[in-house]
Amino acid sequence: MAGSNAIQPVFERPPVIRVRGLVTRFGPQTVHDGLDLDVRAGEVLGVVGGSGTGKSVLLKEILGLMTPAAGRIELLGHDTASLSRSARAAVQTRTGVLFQNGALFSSMTVAENIMLPLREHTRLSPALIAEVARVKIAMAGLPPDAGAKSPAQLSGGMVKRAGLARALALDPDILFLDEPTAGLDPIGAAAFDTLIQSLQRSLGLTVFMVTHDLDSLTTICDRIAVLVDKRIRVARLEDHLADPHPWIHDYFHGPRGRAARRASE
Amino acid sequence: MRGVAAEQVWIEARPGGTPEGGASLEAGGRWTLDTAAAAAVALDGLRVGTATGMVRLGLGGLQALDTVGACLLMGLADRLTADGWRVAVQEIRPEHAALIEAVRGAGRAPAGHGRSSHHPIIDMVAGVGEASVAAAREARDLINFLGLVTLTFARLWANPSRLRLTSVLHHIEQIGFNALPILGLLSFLIGVVLAFQGADQLRRFGAELYVVNLLGVSVLREIGILMTAIIVAGRSGSAFTAQIGTMKVNQEVDAIGTMGLDPIELLVVPRAIAMMVSLPLLAFYADIMGLFGGAVMSYATLNITFGQFITQLQTAVGLNTVMAGLIKAPVFALVIAMVGCYEGLKVSGSAESVGTLTTKSVVEGIFLVIVIDALFSVLFSMLGV
Repeated sequence: MAGSNAIQPVFERPPVIRVRGLVTRFGPQTVHDGLDLDVRAGEVLGVVGGSGTGKSVLLKEILGLMTPAAGRIELLGHDTASLSRSARAAVQTRTGVLFQNGALFSSMTVAENIMLPLREHTRLSPALIAEVARVKIAMAGLPPDAGAKSPAQLSGGMVKRAGLARALALDPDILFLDEPTAGLDPIGAAAFDTLIQSLQRSLGLTVFMVTHDLDSLTTICDRIAVLVDKRIRVARLEDHLADPHPWIHDYFHGPRGRAARRASE
Repeated sequence: MRGVAAEQVWIEARPGGTPEGGASLEAGGRWTLDTAAAAAVALDGLRVGTATGMVRLGLGGLQALDTVGACLLMGLADRLTADGWRVAVQEIRPEHAALIEAVRGAGRAPAGHGRSSHHPIIDMVAGVGEASVAAAREARDLINFLGLVTLTFARLWANPSRLRLTSVLHHIEQIGFNALPILGLLSFLIGVVLAFQGADQLRRFGAELYVVNLLGVSVLREIGILMTAIIVAGRSGSAFTAQIGTMKVNQEVDAIGTMGLDPIELLVVPRAIAMMVSLPLLAFYADIMGLFGGAVMSYATLNITFGQFITQLQTAVGLNTVMAGLIKAPVFALVIAMVGCYEGLKVSGSAESVGTLTTKSVVEGIFLVIVIDALFSVLFSMLGV
């Protein structure tokens, strides 16, 4: 998969996530109304939007954790609504998710957290599984002794890194990140951005990132998806800057947006 | 795609790959998670020899590579280096090179990674020792905690306006009032069962009336108070641990500390006072309900009227029997409250430890209640009460 795709230029590849006509309702309140979205293979897509515009809901619907009121979601070419149990599991082994608070299993050590999907979904020897887990821990930028620790012993930044290492355990094609830099200090957040970028390049990942971190948006995202008016507008940063929509204008031209752009230039 | 055929991954040795001699290895196919098992077999079957010199590792045939494949190939390179070869990776595609660099950057596995294993018997003896030391530590810490709470009590005694009366009343409602239905029902049923079983045995001697003596002594001295203490330890001791533990996880206890307030004074003392007020009252209520259950059953099976029951009860037990039961209540209350609050404050970090320590708090509370009850029995028999 990665090998054959890697030689093609980005724009020729089929979308790995295709959302068509998505409608989400909570009681009388409509969150998404006819939302369309394409995520291309190998790109880093940043998803932004005000509170309550349904960023996390969209993520949950793509992951199959929530069912939309209407619409079609294709993940790696499969319609998520009509998948059989085993086909769904097969697609899920090709996606990795980093939840906002890590969602590490608190009863297991970090290494066991990473080994769990490998144990469940592959028939690798225990020695190789341990070796792969060790490599993932190191690739996520954790010190080697972090593997034997329990999640409660880790700092906030380390929990994110451990969550990232677990999300990468099965070498997924798509990596979903929910607010990956929230709660990290600016240096830690920048280091995490660099980490995601280098992993994305070396592993050939597609990254779907819900974020509010303007620095992440300007530095590592290829395109930015903005949730406004119950739909989504995907464009490169330059095009969003020229967008007259009041929310998009305020978002990218506010003091924080300007500062982040200056910093990235 | 997952589940591809094994032939899709291969590695083979070709002699004399470089001008200086040495060996040449050629790998190809899909070196990914799906084929890793086949790749491991192929690597195991690979024989390069132990000569020194240059070995060429050609990766031009690779169609796909992921972290697992890169791990396997780097493991091979490490093994060859250990055998005295100099490994040169060649014909590598740029996107694979980046991944191999990333895996290489992860470094080598530290030696002695696994847990050292001992003989199972030694492990068992060590486990018993560790558990004993842990139990002794726990006892010491619990007594320390009791001391801390006593000091806080003393401070509050000197300055009673600092006592949170609202909090105390709230906990009395939770521990005492809300426990009345379940405790009443269970005590009543225990009284019924005791009377029924007692009547069955005593009828053989024609001594049915002595069911009242049996009930009076057993319910008032032991069963009423024990039932109460066990139910309260399960209901409220666990609630103390869960409440305080959740506050610990949320850093609320730390927040109390930073506001110049005392967590013991705020969280522990009101619960301890409420427990020591509620438990004797509950125990008395359980006594009455137990006797009532017994009286109902005596009337139903033995035709002992309520009047006869009360007259017989007055001759069978005195005030000191009632007191012998109730005097234990404040002690049990203190034990349950101390264990519940102490385990709650011991919660650290994870939500999982709230669950573990709540279980521990209930088990420890009931254990201590029964042990102390046994000690009271010894004491009472020595005093001739």
